[in-house]
Amino acid sequence: MVFVNDIRELLKGIGSLADCADRVSEEDDLFEKGLDSFGSVQLMLALEEKYNIEFPDHLLNRRSFSTIRIIRETVSALTVSAAA
Amino acid sequence: MSTLALRTRRVAEIAALHADEVDREGRFPAEAVAALKAERLLGIQIPMQFGGESAGMSDIAEVCFALGQVCTAAAMVFAMHQIKVASLVTHGLDSDWHCSLMARIAEEQLLVASSTTEAGIGGDLRNSLCAVEADGEVFSLTKEASVISYGAHADLILATARRNPQAPTSDQVLVALMQDQITLTMTSRWDTLGMRGTCSDGFLLVARDVPLVQVLQKPFAEIAAQSMLASSHLLWSSVWFGIASFAVDRARAYVQGEARKKPGSVPPGALRLAEAANELQAMKGTVIAGLKRFEMAQGNVDDLSSIGFAVMLNNVKTTVSAMAVDIVQRALGIVGLAGYKNGTPFSLGRALRDVMSAPLMISNDRILANTANLLLVQKGGSQLMSA
Repeated sequence: MVFVNDIRELLKGIGSLADCADRVSEEDDLFEKGLDSFGSVQLMLALEEKYNIEFPDHLLNRRSFSTIRIIRETVSALTVSAAA
Repeated sequence: MSTLALRTRRVAEIAALHADEVDREGRFPAEAVAALKAERLLGIQIPMQFGGESAGMSDIAEVCFALGQVCTAAAMVFAMHQIKVASLVTHGLDSDWHCSLMARIAEEQLLVASSTTEAGIGGDLRNSLCAVEADGEVFSLTKEASVISYGAHADLILATARRNPQAPTSDQVLVALMQDQITLTMTSRWDTLGMRGTCSDGFLLVARDVPLVQVLQKPFAEIAAQSMLASSHLLWSSVWFGIASFAVDRARAYVQGEARKKPGSVPPGALRLAEAANELQAMKGTVIAGLKRFEMAQGNVDDLSSIGFAVMLNNVKTTVSAMAVDIVQRALGIVGLAGYKNGTPFSLGRALRDVMSAPLMISNDRILANTANLLLVQKGGSQLMSA
């Protein structure tokens, strides 16, 4: 299972989001909150490590990591397909 | 020859006449820009519905290449103008004010400049200190712009700023400032090794009582990722390819002259010319592949903002800028002192000085560091004929 709070914990480890990770809503655009390309790669790496998944190239774009909700959906889909 | 090619050639002829003086005096290539306006080339990218010609990136790159061979300052001014127009065309269609601005650019052939670099931030495009300070329906903005290329000659400036004074430095917007809405006080002069005619002086930019509708509401992060990154790397690369082509043309003419003097023998420089021509072809392939890949991705936001696409564009920039310097140096080696000396039919001094800027304008090290980060997650396995 992919929990919003787990994603929030990972966001706290991203320098540019550390201060606001507790306050962003599930729908807030993380890039507007300060996520940059360096941070988004660090976030992808953290998610890959935590959930033992690999994001395929077609999901490596801004939209896949733009909100907590989309991250949860993307990671959930990948963990299901990895388990199947 | 297409009409665009003919119009471009007429501009290039004028630009060539003044290129040495523009370089020597470090002055704005006014004649070339007047010719660009007369041939109505400043508005070609604007959609037809707003009075432009809906020209694609390859058409614009062709003009950059042609001008790059004769006057790099004029070529760079044209490229930078079109990079800003690309942002308007890609992201301004939802805003009535920006649509009417596009119509004005096409109709009045307005020259657009860019202000991103800022004291305390440097060349980091994605951070700003200055902020849009709204008061009712208007805003003010004060920016210590350490570089605004041809700022004193532009009809309008697109400037980055924080969305509001409370926003983090990365929460930026792009604001359009008309020349009569701002005051520019020069703070530093652009006295450089090359690219002297871009007049990239430093200014204190102050704008007062500008209507808020002139703020493009889209996050600048998206504008940078989806239009600026591609248009700047591809159009600058086309200018650099123009400089390298010019240098190889001179080297070829020199070697052919030597061959005619001594029929029956191949001049010693011919082998070096073959190497330079080889590298020039590889450079051309890189630029064209980048342009084709961009045109395939156009309109597809996910593709344009994907990691694979950013890596590809970064590689185009770092590869092409390094090759351009190398090719001009090779050409100088072939031509020898006739190239080192100014005022000969084979002079390469200006080309060499100009092209030295290529790996520096957005430092290749900064771009490689960005690519290095992206490669931590990119997966491989694409096909030969795909990205």
